[in-house]
Amino acid sequence: MHPAPSVIIFTALSGLGFGMMFFLGFGLPMVTGWGAFWYYLTAYALAVGGLLASTLHLGNPKNAIHAFSQWRTSWLSREGVAAVITLLVTAIHAIGLIFLAERFQIVGWISGALALATVFTTSKIYNQLKTVPRWNMPLTPILFLTYALAGGALLTGQITTAAVLLLVLTGLQVAVWQMGDKAFGAAGHNIATATGLGNLGKVRLLEGPHSSPNYLLTEMVYVVGRKHAMKLRAIASVTLGLVPAAILLVLPFNPALAAFAVLSHFIGLFAARWLFFAEAEHVVGLYYDKR
Amino acid sequence: MTALPAKTAKKLGLAIDLDTCVGCHACVINCKEWNTSNYGVPLSDVNAYGAAPVGTFLNRVHTFEAKSEGCNAQTVHFPKSCLHCEDAPCVTVCPTGASYKRSEDGIVLVNEDKCMGCGLCAWACPYGARELDQLAGVMKKCTLCIDRIYNENIPEIDRVPACVRTCPAGARHFGDFADPDSNVSKLSAERGGIALMEAQGTRPVNRYLPPRPKTDITGEGKIAVSAPALAPGIPEPGGFLGWLDKALEKL
Repeated sequence: MHPAPSVIIFTALSGLGFGMMFFLGFGLPMVTGWGAFWYYLTAYALAVGGLLASTLHLGNPKNAIHAFSQWRTSWLSREGVAAVITLLVTAIHAIGLIFLAERFQIVGWISGALALATVFTTSKIYNQLKTVPRWNMPLTPILFLTYALAGGALLTGQITTAAVLLLVLTGLQVAVWQMGDKAFGAAGHNIATATGLGNLGKVRLLEGPHSSPNYLLTEMVYVVGRKHAMKLRAIASVTLGLVPAAILLVLPFNPALAAFAVLSHFIGLFAARWLFFAEAEHVVGLYYDKR
Repeated sequence: MTALPAKTAKKLGLAIDLDTCVGCHACVINCKEWNTSNYGVPLSDVNAYGAAPVGTFLNRVHTFEAKSEGCNAQTVHFPKSCLHCEDAPCVTVCPTGASYKRSEDGIVLVNEDKCMGCGLCAWACPYGARELDQLAGVMKKCTLCIDRIYNENIPEIDRVPACVRTCPAGARHFGDFADPDSNVSKLSAERGGIALMEAQGTRPVNRYLPPRPKTDITGEGKIAVSAPALAPGIPEPGGFLGWLDKALEKL
């Protein structure tokens, strides 16, 4: 799949923002006034920034308002609805903390749960697609939720929780990569099942349907750049969790080091999310004898 | 609403004969011609006269080769367009309600006044049947020429999809798969019509009629009826050349 910057930024940043909102909703950390203001500003900037980035992916954004209508069937619609409800409920909790120095505890809990539910809906947009076996694994939603929780814990300064979650995330991500490598084969699709010509012998594409690339090839048969996949996996596995966890657990707390831990996590997050798209193979590639 | 109808009164679709298709791409061109000037926005081309032209098409013809051990390779032209699936994943993923499946005839359509061009339906389709138009930014797909098949302003003979009407080989057949006595149902039953990538659970309506078995002319005593006069390609050399051939063989 084409690793479009808009969807990478959307999933990465909104995951972090809603991850922060989860912890803030449960009073971790318990802050009021300006302290709460800065935390919530960061969380909203990430979540809203990510959601706005996703609109850059649209070919016809003037119709985007209709995207809230199909929540009964569409995970993308549910994501939009869940995001807006989460942002509104979180705002009530945030206003209490920032301006009234008062914590509406129940509202906070609800906002935290909604934040995680929103990340779940984001993951389902990709996870639901049978056409992309690497995404169509039960671990995909768990991976997205763990990203959000680990990143959220890191950005809300939950030092021990963050360190543990970052290590869990690293292990989970490595496992998902390895399972994902086998997913396409395990789904059982090949050029013979795609064309139904398998009984005639070994099938190959003799001549493509068009000589130039088309939307299908640029969007769903992205093969460029996968050659660096292994290097990127190595970089992501180190920077995503190992470096930040080491800084949090081993070194004494210091704002500059904490910033470095966050930076390292961002590098790992973006590298891994790029791979999430770039390495995902769509079954339509079989009609082009490409994956 | 992007919920799928529980049942459609008709299941309109195509039976595509892979035995008969000659790969001329006339269906591709007539599809583009009809659909660029009728239902919905035109099917645009980008950089049409440049080095790398890109355009929107609702129908594409792939050409495959199948070869089994000891047999001649076989060429199969493979037209591919929307299969109007009964469990169309492109419809249920749509967040705006632009994608829908008609309960009366099972045709899967896009309402361009609602489509926001997110492309998720194209991601959900295993067959590559949907293309996002690069100029209009909305999703385009086969309409089964809904503006022909019910069109009383055109002669009755033309009330079939453009690809079917234009096919010079008669490889494309249009009809109602819900009716067991329809032309397409009978053809499909007779020829063992197949559904593509059934493991995806999409339950396509369109059927592909597999190539008929070829006459085997390679065995002992078998003669190619169509070319009885053709002698074997290279005769065994005799005389000096025969001796040279054997001598070099032994080296």
